[in-house]
Amino acid sequence: MDGFPILSLLTFLPVLGMIIILFLPKEQSNTIKYTTLVITSLQVVFAVILLGNYNYGAGGIFEQSSFQFIEKFRWIEITGISWIGTVKVDYFMGVDGISVPMVLLTAIISFIATLSSWNIKSQLKGYFALFLLLDTGMMGVFVSLDFFLFYIFWELMLLPMYFLIGIWGGPRKEYAAIKFFIYTLFGSIFILLVMIGLYFSATETIASGERVFTFNMLALMDQTNYSPDGILSPFNPENMRLVAYIALFVGFAIKIPMFPFHTWLPDAHVEAPTPISVILAGVLLKMGTYGILRISYPMFPDITRDLMWYIALFGMVNIIYGALVALAQKDFKKLIAYSSISHMGYVLLGMASLSTTGIAGAVFQMFNHGTITAMLFLIVGVIYDRTHTRGINDFGGLANQMPVYTGFVTVAFFAAIGLPSLSGFVSEALVFVGAFGQESIRVLTMISTLGILLGAAYMLWTLQRIFFGTLPEKWNKLLDIDKREYAMFIPLTIIIIFLGIYPSAMLDIMNTSVNTLVDYVAVSFQNMQLSGF
Amino acid sequence: MTESLIINIATMILFLPLLGFAVVLFFGKKYPKIYLFEVADMLLVLLLSIFVMIAKIGYFPGSIVYSFNWIDFGNVPFFGNTVIELGIEIDNVSAIMLVVVNLISFLVHMFSIGYMKGDSRYTRYFAYLGLFTFSMLGIVITHNLLMMYIFWELVGLSSYLLIGFWYEKKSASDAGKKAFLVNRVGDIGMFIGILILYANYHTFTFADIYAQMQSGILPFGSEAWLTAAGILIFMGAVGKSAQFPLHVWLPDAMEGPTPVSALIHAATMVAAGVYLLIKIFVMLTADAMLVIAVTGAVTSFVAATIALTQNDIKKVLAYSTVSQLGYMVMAVGSGAYLFAFFHLVTHAFFKACLFLGSGSVIHAMHHEQDIRAMGGLRKKMPLTYMTFLISTLAISGVPLTSGFLSKDGLLAGTLAFGNLTGHWLIPIFGFTVALMTAFYMFRLVIKTFHGKPRDMHKYEHAHESTFVMAMPLVVLSALSIFIWYTPNPISADAGWFASSWVQTPESVVPQDLRFEFMQTDTHETAAAEHHITHSEMYTEAMHSAHYPAMFLSLGLGGLGILLAFMMYQWKKINSWKLAMSMKPLYNFSLNKWYIDELYHATVIAGTLGLAKMLTWFDQKIIDGIVNGSAWLAKFVSKMSDLFDTFVVDGLVNFTAFFSGFIGLTFRRFQTGKVQTYLVFVIFSLIVLLVIFRPF
Repeated sequence: MDGFPILSLLTFLPVLGMIIILFLPKEQSNTIKYTTLVITSLQVVFAVILLGNYNYGAGGIFEQSSFQFIEKFRWIEITGISWIGTVKVDYFMGVDGISVPMVLLTAIISFIATLSSWNIKSQLKGYFALFLLLDTGMMGVFVSLDFFLFYIFWELMLLPMYFLIGIWGGPRKEYAAIKFFIYTLFGSIFILLVMIGLYFSATETIASGERVFTFNMLALMDQTNYSPDGILSPFNPENMRLVAYIALFVGFAIKIPMFPFHTWLPDAHVEAPTPISVILAGVLLKMGTYGILRISYPMFPDITRDLMWYIALFGMVNIIYGALVALAQKDFKKLIAYSSISHMGYVLLGMASLSTTGIAGAVFQMFNHGTITAMLFLIVGVIYDRTHTRGINDFGGLANQMPVYTGFVTVAFFAAIGLPSLSGFVSEALVFVGAFGQESIRVLTMISTLGILLGAAYMLWTLQRIFFGTLPEKWNKLLDIDKREYAMFIPLTIIIIFLGIYPSAMLDIMNTSVNTLVDYVAVSFQNMQLSGF
Repeated sequence: MTESLIINIATMILFLPLLGFAVVLFFGKKYPKIYLFEVADMLLVLLLSIFVMIAKIGYFPGSIVYSFNWIDFGNVPFFGNTVIELGIEIDNVSAIMLVVVNLISFLVHMFSIGYMKGDSRYTRYFAYLGLFTFSMLGIVITHNLLMMYIFWELVGLSSYLLIGFWYEKKSASDAGKKAFLVNRVGDIGMFIGILILYANYHTFTFADIYAQMQSGILPFGSEAWLTAAGILIFMGAVGKSAQFPLHVWLPDAMEGPTPVSALIHAATMVAAGVYLLIKIFVMLTADAMLVIAVTGAVTSFVAATIALTQNDIKKVLAYSTVSQLGYMVMAVGSGAYLFAFFHLVTHAFFKACLFLGSGSVIHAMHHEQDIRAMGGLRKKMPLTYMTFLISTLAISGVPLTSGFLSKDGLLAGTLAFGNLTGHWLIPIFGFTVALMTAFYMFRLVIKTFHGKPRDMHKYEHAHESTFVMAMPLVVLSALSIFIWYTPNPISADAGWFASSWVQTPESVVPQDLRFEFMQTDTHETAAAEHHITHSEMYTEAMHSAHYPAMFLSLGLGGLGILLAFMMYQWKKINSWKLAMSMKPLYNFSLNKWYIDELYHATVIAGTLGLAKMLTWFDQKIIDGIVNGSAWLAKFVSKMSDLFDTFVVDGLVNFTAFFSGFIGLTFRRFQTGKVQTYLVFVIFSLIVLLVIFRPF
């Protein structure tokens, strides 16, 4: 695999597809659909090839040599700017054990979402072109190792998302789209500010021997690169690292979404078409937590340790609050949206533990939440396609009318409840194990366990209201799922069950990196600080 | 014969029912007869487990363990190499348990062939039974707490699916949901308990945890945490074994098909809580044991008082199950490890028999469950009656039955406990319950099988069950006879079960945290003087409690039976008048102590209210702030727009306008006529002169 630019291929393959689609005539809707399907299938194939060639023993995180599939070359270079000197931006991509699960997730979810897009009726060309652009944005975020590049992909994904919700969405689509757009952009500004702050605080040596400011994430993690007077430098006694950390955290937290920045999510989900909800829940939310692990943690290990308790607190609030609000929802999709908020809380709690079990649990939970919640939104989509309603109380007794569908629903619901033998259990359990081991957040962890009770309550109650009891007269002509829907559900079901029984398949990918990260944040940096760097 | 053979067979025993589940689930629609595969599968599993039990007990004195790394975290900062192990352990207790579970499971499969005939989801039902058996066996043979928790939740799932099997009925789906959620309450406690142990010992394996405890390592270095861990794990048992105050799900679980009630909600799954306690017995401190004993005693008492007045045949049996489970829990708490497990086994057989017998009756009466509509059935269903009666004698503790042996030992244990520790409340509850049990069980038998039929129409149609349903009843009632457990009908001590198969293990908690009678070597000098060790002090107390306990329980049991006959058979006492004479108590019992109502009014209403409140908060306050800031931004931009239009631009325009105005105004003066200019000059001069008045 040496030198083969698989990451660029994974990232820009969808753009290629987009270009093809733009050249296709509008009327050839099938060609457009199948082009997208081929592109996303290829993406899955390449992601699997990537996994096949991935070396499980390399840690990554802060060390370029242990990143894999690296592509690095100078992208922008302007010399001789007055007081800055050389401005350079690298095209720098690479993966480690934290990004590989996300790359896999992005590929899988994009593929499933393509299948789910088959029902889109209007303006297919525009839809699939934007869809593929979105795919590129997501993939790019997970493989970028240059902050500038990361930010570009981060913003790139906003635009197609805005139009996909705003044009193909439900009745209040404009409101939801603009809310999503502005909210996320609001967060991006914070990220941008911190990025610029970091840029002017640290330098790295380039080939010519000159020390220049840098966006290279790995260089920004190395505290020895910081100049003593940089505004975000740990050596500067008047540094603004705490403020920067919080700003960056808020920027990422909006995406997760973390209480109290979460209200855009239910609106976006309710209005978005099913495949877009699937992508939103399946991949987009992970970008927030991924950003924290990739950027906040290794660049600000000191602040991370100081604020650990607060991160856990917000994780706990997300879990409990999301679950309680979900309990009161009458709209099926909104209920799933709030359950998604609740489940992302586990990711926060696990990350806050600063332990291997907790962070591995968090990354695993990111993957599992991606597959499980994607399946839940597909489930909502199936019933909405047939009945054009999402009111939980409009249904009843579907179990006899749609038995196969009910079977898949049961698997997905119990996965969300955290039933052992399904993937959600392992990640949640690891989160709890890790968080409980950390004394300062032990009480928060104990309170968070209430989430597994509340989660069961709203899920089982929903299962009962929609599928059990007697079937209302008007739904006695509903058809069970068709072949295409089988094709969406079966891969996700297999993943959920397989990872529930054999979690090592995923955990082994990330373990070395998570150990490296924990070691870097909790041990090495502290030693460095103690010895005065 | 090698250990690995036992392990291989045990693994087969575990996974064969899962195979049955998968096969029946996926091929059930195409081949409706495939349920026979599941039944045959269970027969094979039963034979294999009998083999394992004989081989294990006969040839391997120690426990047989097999484990593997499920998750390997590699070299973890702070802790070094960290792995999570799963594995199985076959000791005598689990080997016996394998046979108990699989025997009852097989018999219930048989019974179900007849009972469920004609059901629209016939094959699905057998698939679920397979899933349940798999999950239950996982609990039985686990060698670690994590796997215990995993299968613990899986039996919860199969219980949920089977309680709500007839999900068209709202009461059934309600009951399934309630069972799952109430159990989860207990499971949270259990989970936290497990977390406490893992956080300290970095392993889930029983043996490793106990070894570290024995070497004196306490969780977080504190005795309180050790007690807390024990009580929290016990919470799992409170949920699963339906102990007060989480017992409320079990009576509702009777919405499931009756064979399911026999298998899951009487004999096996609900006993899993007791089994868990047996597994963690060695790590219980005296405080934790006392909490457990009191919980068990209260449960058995509360449930027995409720069972006195219920009129649904299955509800009576359900409360009786709760009460008997309370017995077992109480026994574990009072140190009677052996008899807790013994009672678990005997109860599993006679209670399964009772439930299947009630199933036979319900089947014959066309799904009538109210005993007020029954009566006289012994003539129509002699076999059901006989087996039901034998089991009733067993649960009432009449000699020659298995129930007599286990119950007598168990009550003697509580008596010894009361004697040794001064907690007399435990045996008092125990013996009171023995009285009530005999009474309500015979009330049930008399009302169902004796006297005259109350609903002639249903009675006419009643018939004895077919072979597949009768055979399990005969086998189970036969197992309620003493001979299987001991040659001596009045004492279990001489029997193989109590004397050699199962031994009370040595506690691993620090000596000063144990009850005095469980301490071993702290008082060596005292022990030498009195020529007894302190564990022998317990044996001694058991011996001296044996006869008092036996006579007391016989007397009370006999009194209960006599009262039941006086009231319902010979009608010497008018039960209705008696009930009315203490109406508040009667209603309290009939309405199950109003506990469901209490939960509805507090926990459930509270949670839903909080959920509604937070939803309001989410929409109005948080989203209000979001929309408010959007509105504010819009408002500010509108204001800036206005400012821009009227002030900034206004100023610009005003300047333009003003200069224009000035221009326009002053243009008038520029007429180009000398005379006009002259007039202006003179006028100006006059104005200036007036203003400055130079003169």
